[in-house]
Amino acid sequence: MTKSILFVGVGGQGIILASKILTEGLVRFGYDVKMSEVHGMAQRGGSVTTQVRFGEKVYSPLIGFGEADVVVAFEKVEAPRWISYLKDGGSLVVNDYEIYSMPVLIGKEPYPEDVLEKLEERISKLKIINAAEAAEKLGNIKTQNIVLLGALIKALELENMDWAQVVKDILPEKMQEINIKAIKAGMEI
Amino acid sequence: MKKIMSGNEAIARGAYEAGCTVAAAYPGTPSTEILENIANYKEIYSEWSTNEKVATEVACGASIAGARAITTMKHVGLNVAADPLFTIAYEGVNGGLIIVTADDPGMHSSQNEQDNRFYAPHAKVAMVEPSDSQECKDFVKYAYEISEKFDTPILFRTTTRVNHSKGLVEQGERVEVGVRPYTKNNKKYIMTPANSRAKHPEVEERLKKLQEYSNNCPLNRIEWGNKKIGIITSGISYQYSKEVFGDEASFLKIGMSYPLPDKMIREFAATVEELYIVEENDPFIENYVKTLGIKCTGKELIPICGELNPDIISKAILKTEDRKMYDVDVKVPPRPPVLCPGCPHRGIFYAISKYKDIIATSDIGCYTLGMVEPLNIGDTVICMGAGFTAAIGFEKAARMGNRKNKIFGFVGDSTFFHSGITGLIDAVYNNSPIVAVILDNSITAMTGHQENPGTGKTLMGEIAQVIDIEKLVRAIGIKSENLRIVDPYNLPETEAAVKEAYNATEPFVIITKQPCALIKEVQKKRAHMYSFIHQDKCKKCKACIRIGCPAISFKNGQISIDRSMCNGCELCKQVCKFDAIEKVGE
Repeated sequence: MTKSILFVGVGGQGIILASKILTEGLVRFGYDVKMSEVHGMAQRGGSVTTQVRFGEKVYSPLIGFGEADVVVAFEKVEAPRWISYLKDGGSLVVNDYEIYSMPVLIGKEPYPEDVLEKLEERISKLKIINAAEAAEKLGNIKTQNIVLLGALIKALELENMDWAQVVKDILPEKMQEINIKAIKAGMEI
Repeated sequence: MKKIMSGNEAIARGAYEAGCTVAAAYPGTPSTEILENIANYKEIYSEWSTNEKVATEVACGASIAGARAITTMKHVGLNVAADPLFTIAYEGVNGGLIIVTADDPGMHSSQNEQDNRFYAPHAKVAMVEPSDSQECKDFVKYAYEISEKFDTPILFRTTTRVNHSKGLVEQGERVEVGVRPYTKNNKKYIMTPANSRAKHPEVEERLKKLQEYSNNCPLNRIEWGNKKIGIITSGISYQYSKEVFGDEASFLKIGMSYPLPDKMIREFAATVEELYIVEENDPFIENYVKTLGIKCTGKELIPICGELNPDIISKAILKTEDRKMYDVDVKVPPRPPVLCPGCPHRGIFYAISKYKDIIATSDIGCYTLGMVEPLNIGDTVICMGAGFTAAIGFEKAARMGNRKNKIFGFVGDSTFFHSGITGLIDAVYNNSPIVAVILDNSITAMTGHQENPGTGKTLMGEIAQVIDIEKLVRAIGIKSENLRIVDPYNLPETEAAVKEAYNATEPFVIITKQPCALIKEVQKKRAHMYSFIHQDKCKKCKACIRIGCPAISFKNGQISIDRSMCNGCELCKQVCKFDAIEKVGE
């Protein structure tokens, strides 16, 4: 049975790295994997999505509406933006973190205030994570993405795999320890 | 051993394993990472060329000299390179020659949605189309074999979802094929009319042989499943169709899509009950199948516009219903792409935004984003180089129509080398009083930071001669009184240059010089710099908000600067009339 995961967020949040670690891990654990990413126009600040599908044999790298087993929103308002991709009964992991887009910054559009409440009304498998707080506790705010990856791994029930080894194989040595801790922190939230 | 690779990494790996020795390209999404990955293989000479035409000609020269060569580009790049393509098609190759066109259905990062498969019949060259990363690697090897066997360049056609999707790829070893000997052969390599007239019938003959090959080659295959539904498909559309139908349909999977395998198509069509053609964008395969007199269904059901996905195919052919979907009652604000915090392009756009009667002809690059609110600088974006040349035409027409508009044209440093220079020469030659702004951020930024002739480094990491934009501009004939070089982080200096340019009566050039804020060394140098707001001095006039910096926000009745995003460019500090912004760090 193929599983589908959608990562959504804002350019610069480290979504591509998080999905890369997940993908490499899934390959090691024996799955066929397809991962797709879209490079938009902006280096920073634009919408970013990556899609990961894994199973015995995967053809399409793309996830359809109502098909994602898990949606991970790295930024709060990105959750409702992409929610139509979540499968009926699927899990939503939301980072309780706001990044204002330009229309909000210049006052043309309000940033909705009740996103989490509205999500709670509709989504039963909802996990709200304060990844910034967890990352700061670890001593590096930039590990928010890996904390969220940890939460995703838990939602996928893949926490028994050796993710520390995956991190060691992919990241440079000085980055390994903190990111292994970040995955663990994400799993424990 | 299998490794997870993007299509682009796999094409690079394929070039390496196939013994390719020369690679040239101009960056362009979604093709850029092919050359970036090839550069990791020291057995291959690789370069960033000044544009796609140059890159293709470099590859043509290398092929004639005897090397297996490759050039890669985004779909619109092939328009630039169309000139050499159509003639190398006549000359053929010595070492195998691959021209990768990376099309962008859905226009994730492009100005149009052209379907470059049509270049193959137009130029009369063979074309292959991989559908996943494994095929990306394998097809490079096949492509070199076909190229050398049939004496043809190969159009290697990919799309965004093939280039930027990752899948498992079996790794192989490099086969050293060396560089073949070169023998002078005027009739083959000098396309004068007399030689070309002799060549054209050879090209037509070659197509017949290629079609025979296409009917018998491993790139095209039939996968028999349920014969009630037959699907002819290629590229990523094959993967989507397999996802939907699995064994519930039969497939003619096209890997060599020009010339198309007529006999296989007839055999397949005769065996299945209903024949569908599933392809993204234009009806390339469908048109051909119909010319064979075969009844099939394609674009009546499958949309021409936008990229496909399994759901579109399933709904079109199987009439399936939508899956159950969540919707949440939240009004989601849009998130358009924006100039980064600390982007050096912001200063000049802000300075120009004070002039309401200016026309801005922009170009392809990060600075296209000057059009976004609140800066709103941009009237036209056409293609690489048109930032200057559309300005020339706009100015001439405005004058013919008795309108007084000052036209500012924008190109970046890489775009200037690509095709901005010729436009600037035209402006000087034809005395067009435009303002040509060269936004020199010392990198090819939007495609993810590639070196260019102005950066002093090559793709292979070697030190290179820096092409001096200022000297070049002077040599083209821009007079000293019509040339300003400014630091766009320095607002008064930038505003003064814009004012002079606005009043100029001759071609005027402004060069803004400040490296991209995301270059690693720049980030390191500015890591400890940031600006903050003295809340006691802030009058909440929001002047700083109007520079359109993503780091500055108005939240809970208070304006603040996000320290983690800010790099202390000081643009906001310079627009604050109340001295409320202070910069930390030097």
